[in-house]
Amino acid sequence: MKFGVVVFPGSNCDEDMVYVLRNILNLEVVKLWHKDHDLQNCDCIVLPGGFSYGDYLRSGAIARFSPIMKEVIEFANKGGMVIGICNGFQILCESGLLPGALLHNENHQFICKNIHIKAEYQDSALTALISSDAVLKIPIAHGEGRYYADQETLDSLEQNGQILFRYCDESGKVTKESNPNGAVNNIAGICNQSKNVFGMMPHPERAADVELGNVDGKIIFESILSLVNS
Amino acid sequence: MKFTAEIDVMPLKALLDPQGKAVGHGLSNMGLKEIGNVRIGKHITLEVEAGTKEEAQNKVDEACKKLLSNPIMESYHFVLNAN
Repeated sequence: MKFGVVVFPGSNCDEDMVYVLRNILNLEVVKLWHKDHDLQNCDCIVLPGGFSYGDYLRSGAIARFSPIMKEVIEFANKGGMVIGICNGFQILCESGLLPGALLHNENHQFICKNIHIKAEYQDSALTALISSDAVLKIPIAHGEGRYYADQETLDSLEQNGQILFRYCDESGKVTKESNPNGAVNNIAGICNQSKNVFGMMPHPERAADVELGNVDGKIIFESILSLVNS
Repeated sequence: MKFTAEIDVMPLKALLDPQGKAVGHGLSNMGLKEIGNVRIGKHITLEVEAGTKEEAQNKVDEACKKLLSNPIMESYHFVLNAN
């Protein structure tokens, strides 16, 4: 399985993502420059975290119109797997590949800390190996991570099983106190209806190497591989 | 013809605007307790080349819809003047 990590001006988690995919999981991975139009036959496109275009206007708004996004959107619409982490999630929402939007955190602060999440369902590529009672400790680092969608959209997300992760406390309880940014219904990650486009605010690539003292994020990458290999 | 658009993009009324709220607290702290419901958006100006005002209007509308605002979280309004 070949991964392509898109590099926008201002991406800063691209190298971490490449490192985890290449050095920790021994996968084939290439970087894709945002001005290119060639996805180089990748099987999975990753939009990494960072501050594309300085977060000007709105996070992800300008990156959505980067040249390579035309191909990424076509690829996704044909069923290709696309994953957005943090700024990548914001870009996917701005591009309409995922419903909803990411607003300024409720407390209007940039939040950089470990939080806990749990997977809602096991039938998606990102959550296939994560049991329903597992709690993952994963770092977040964002100023605009408050997921928001109108009630109608939320209802359809819930009904279609599109909510991948919710913020929870250490014991797995989804509470108001464990919600770091005010995201509606504690939503930390979602997927599209056909379950090939995924977005999440937490950074699993920052929690996948023993050297960093936390490998809770690794299971998310292993889930992708398990589903593809089966 | 060249037109100038004065565009206001505002967070939707139904949504919490943390920036406006924080500034509202600041105004209250400096003694202006009569001021409330502060909301903060963006003011954008741009020039557009078009044959008619209607054409310019359509172009600015497209810019607002597709990039300058996000209808999920913001509303926009603009005024267009011939230069």
